[in-house]
Amino acid sequence: MIASLDTDPTRRDPVAGLQKDITQLPEPSSEITPQTTLMLAVRDHRDRAAFAALFDHFAPRLKGFIMRSGTGSAQAEEIIQDVMLTVWRKSAQFDPARAQVSAWIYQIARNRQIDIIRKERRPLPDELGEDPGAEPDASQIMAIEQEAGQLKLALARLKPDQRDIIEKAYLGELTHQEISTQTGLPLGTIKSRIRLGLERLRHELKGLR
Amino acid sequence: MTAINHHTPDAMLAAYATGNLPQPYALVVAAHISLCLDCRASYEAHLAAGGAVLETCATEAVSDGLKSSILDRLDTPYTPEPTYQRMGVYPAPVMQALKGKAIRWKSLGLGVRQSILSSDQNGSARLLFIPSGQAVPEHSHNGLELTLVLQGSFSDDTGRFGVGDLEVADQALEHTPTADPGPPCICLAATDAPLRFNTFLPRLLQPLFRI
Repeated sequence: MIASLDTDPTRRDPVAGLQKDITQLPEPSSEITPQTTLMLAVRDHRDRAAFAALFDHFAPRLKGFIMRSGTGSAQAEEIIQDVMLTVWRKSAQFDPARAQVSAWIYQIARNRQIDIIRKERRPLPDELGEDPGAEPDASQIMAIEQEAGQLKLALARLKPDQRDIIEKAYLGELTHQEISTQTGLPLGTIKSRIRLGLERLRHELKGLR
Repeated sequence: MTAINHHTPDAMLAAYATGNLPQPYALVVAAHISLCLDCRASYEAHLAAGGAVLETCATEAVSDGLKSSILDRLDTPYTPEPTYQRMGVYPAPVMQALKGKAIRWKSLGLGVRQSILSSDQNGSARLLFIPSGQAVPEHSHNGLELTLVLQGSFSDDTGRFGVGDLEVADQALEHTPTADPGPPCICLAATDAPLRFNTFLPRLLQPLFRI
């Protein structure tokens, strides 16, 4: 059984469009999610109200996410506390042109869970060098937001058993071997996203190397 | 920067992104992502998918006091975790494994050197230094061996591996990687089991050198 997450193939590829003619992209401001706006307020203005709103959005999701792997309520809340404090302290690392808030927080949460289990730090890749002169690129932020929106939609359209497999994988419950043999996973979709992500990176890194 | 031809398989990237790859492999994959934009894009795509799962999963009500206790702690001083930068040919994850210290090479003979970064029941990760023209003793594997080239290149029966290339060898592969002409080949290698060597002498030396 192959659970394809493929989304509507006719949808406009935002990056391909972006490369052809940047000026034809719609104004992004109207479509940036509230979470991104809140996170930018935290990052750029140390906005506590925005942080509290992010907490209201993510804390119950994080708790559901963490408890699904069998963690008890009290320890889940300890992890949420660590995760949300990391969100506050490392907000300078949040780059909406590279990752959506949910993806960024997902990574922080998984890192924290793994560090607790293994009692040693998880190896993480080099941070990409930022071009100091680069203006924040609104069209890239848009591309990321659209990508995340499509992914959410694709997840919502899955049959329950397929969705279950995807959730298990991203909760970290499938080993490498299980992912290799688990045809229910993915990542047909993710494959198409990959190309998207790649174009994005090439665009971003042009002139840096 | 030469093109990278040998990449991390997607299932392995997914396992890494979801945090379910044993530590020695995770180190090699993190180092490969550091060098390979293609695999970084795949990795970030998996994180986006993880974010979508987080965003859409069933919620669980949090305790009343949790928010205020976190808000109260926002200004509490804290000690940031040490961060590591790439140094020379060694990407940040390798520097993290070295805890920022200098590499301590041990000779394996014939100019071949190694530095063990970690070795426990999860497997082992080590750096290898192989002079040009020198072969790494032939070996086969109990499990999966990942080898990432950080400097120079090597070739074996399956092809040529240059900087940034990742070789994924399973137990079916009996190979004799040999460093190509040019600068010494430096690799980051990980296994989930001790290596078995085919020739008599290296087998005797195995416990001695922990190879």
